[in-house]
Amino acid sequence: MTALKNSLGLRAALLSLLIFAAIVGLWQIAAQPPAASGPAVDPEYAKRVGAAAATGSKSAMPTPADIGVTIWKHLTDPFYVRGTNDKGIGIQLAYSLGRVLLGFGLAALAAVPLGFLIGMSPLVYRALDPFIQILKPVSPLAWMPLALYTIKDSAISSIFVIFICSVWPMLINTAFGVASVRREWLNVARTLEVGPFRTAFKVILPAAAPTIMTGMRISIGIAWLVIVAAEMLVGGTGIGYFVWNEWNNLSIANIVTAILLIGVVGLLLDQGLAWLTKLVTYPE
Amino acid sequence: MFKDPFDPKALLGRRCGCGGDHAAADHDRLTATTVPAAEEQRWTRVVDAAVLRAVFPVDAQRRLFLKKVGAATAMAAISSVFPLSAAREAFAQGGAPEKKDLKVGFIPITCATPIIMAHPMGFYSKQGLNVEVVKTAGWAVIRDKSLAKEYDASHMLSPMPLAISLGIGSNPVPWTMPAIENINGQAITLAVKHKDKRDPKDWKGFRFAVPFDFSMHNYLLRYYVAEHGLDPDKDIQIRSVPPPEMVANLRADNIDGFLGPDPFNQRAVFDGVGFIHLLTKELWDGHPCCAFTVSKEFATQNPNAYRALLKAIIDATAYASKQENRKEIAKAIAPANYLNQPETVLEQILTGTYADGLGAVKKDPNRIDFDPFPWNQFAIWIMTQMKRWGQLKADIDYAKVASEVYLATDTANMMKEMGLTPPDPSKKTIVVMGKAFDPAKPNEYVESFAIKRS
Repeated sequence: MTALKNSLGLRAALLSLLIFAAIVGLWQIAAQPPAASGPAVDPEYAKRVGAAAATGSKSAMPTPADIGVTIWKHLTDPFYVRGTNDKGIGIQLAYSLGRVLLGFGLAALAAVPLGFLIGMSPLVYRALDPFIQILKPVSPLAWMPLALYTIKDSAISSIFVIFICSVWPMLINTAFGVASVRREWLNVARTLEVGPFRTAFKVILPAAAPTIMTGMRISIGIAWLVIVAAEMLVGGTGIGYFVWNEWNNLSIANIVTAILLIGVVGLLLDQGLAWLTKLVTYPE
Repeated sequence: MFKDPFDPKALLGRRCGCGGDHAAADHDRLTATTVPAAEEQRWTRVVDAAVLRAVFPVDAQRRLFLKKVGAATAMAAISSVFPLSAAREAFAQGGAPEKKDLKVGFIPITCATPIIMAHPMGFYSKQGLNVEVVKTAGWAVIRDKSLAKEYDASHMLSPMPLAISLGIGSNPVPWTMPAIENINGQAITLAVKHKDKRDPKDWKGFRFAVPFDFSMHNYLLRYYVAEHGLDPDKDIQIRSVPPPEMVANLRADNIDGFLGPDPFNQRAVFDGVGFIHLLTKELWDGHPCCAFTVSKEFATQNPNAYRALLKAIIDATAYASKQENRKEIAKAIAPANYLNQPETVLEQILTGTYADGLGAVKKDPNRIDFDPFPWNQFAIWIMTQMKRWGQLKADIDYAKVASEVYLATDTANMMKEMGLTPPDPSKKTIVVMGKAFDPAKPNEYVESFAIKRS
């Protein structure tokens, strides 16, 4: 049995590698600069424009090799500071992570108690439902102008945007988890004359914990998606700003580097919460 | 300008009609005076003159003394009892600023050259300021961050302080513009596929990008196509796109062209995406573009910091206006911390010897120039265009708003203090595409256009 499992894992890994190699290979071929086809231009002109423009074409995509070089350059020197607007990619990621964790933490502090209330009281649930239904589907970035205008601080505004986007999944999942705690368990608690607070913390919370954690896992994923866009909008610091700054310079290699790193960090965040979820899961 | 206190024969007591402290006969000579080229020399001369006047407040005595010993000996004699070098240094720094750590926001375009270069080239630190220049993503963001006081001063488009003060597109907040950054320096760039459509009459249905609704770019593009019979609101589409995103959009075929700031015109050429259809100086030579702005509140609460900042900017602008310094400036502002562009792109813009995107190398040393003087006539022209295109609905006193926002008097005083010659604020002729503008008759000017919204 384990041999089969191993061989399945091994074969999957092999297939992954093969897909990766195929993508990179195709990309390398597709991104080869075209042979000089256009008319020969004046050398005075050629030295003032990019290599591609001198032959009459648009500048091309960088090849995977170019990108490898760029990634290596960033990974070997991630924490440099060359002025306010030019900091290493490690520092930018740290800024973004800080914002996400702060916004997410505040959202958790607000969403879990409120979700509890909504889940336990059908009255509150019905009263708040219209607000939640209307606000939930709003793109978090749509809040940005309003936040900048009212909060008058761009750093707090981006944290607010993270807060507002990560609050809904946690709120809804908490309410759902709390509302669907098995009746029998609550009845047992009531028979044993357990106080309401004790019921909440000793019965409902552990019972709803896996659902709450699932909400958190969804939230952090969304928060990490949104921070990049928010930072591109507001600028200053963060991985989103890094992408924007390199977009200014049309530096695709740097942008691809950032995309890969954003993916890796997102994966780590997700896996971290998956691990936490496992800790609170119980067998039915 | 100062009359020359070192000249014992200078005429006294006759004031010129321009209000300057010199004889009418000397007006032309003095206003055209060649200012000593080197920076230090200029300060030195201003300070020495002040000291000499302080030591001999009576003109007659000063002349007698100078006649007897000569200017050089006089200064040597004075410096033996008066710490002249210390005074020169103190003057160069001005009164102690109330706030030394300042944040100045900028958009990464060459228009902001003086604001940006003042950081790596030390113009701020020379005034005793510790300025952080912060790159910002777009005009709406720089406006909101400035209104939120995250920035002490900021780079804006020259129509923006007018719009903010008038409350168009935001709450009215008194905003001031003590210095223009650059004149000229913009261009219309078209996608390479349109290289045979050089006549604007063929542009029906084109999608254009401009940096912001309240920008010279918007007004100039509208003016240009309207002069060629196209209605900018009906026959073409104009979108607000942050400058850095223009080339990417042109490349993606999302727009057909843009009237935008450099470096993005030249960058489109560099990447083989577009060509330069025309420079905006061909529409209006000497038009203003970007500006250095502060809130009225900051200027009144921190007068010394404001003066020091303005001095640094005027100083940097004067330095940038000299052709011979342009290559050095291109090098200073190219790194990722500032514009994040290839140096050759910036050099072509600043020196005016550039590839046009169609295979030719063109030369125009005035492609971009730097001149800090905030002519009120500029403001009035801008407001006529706001009126023309329906951004400005109310009837306003053009001249009053202009003088409240474009602080020509402040700038003139500062320039005098620095030993520079400010221009005569009443003398500015504006000619846009061959049509003269009379700032005394703004309403008639708006009425004179066939295509307009009001």
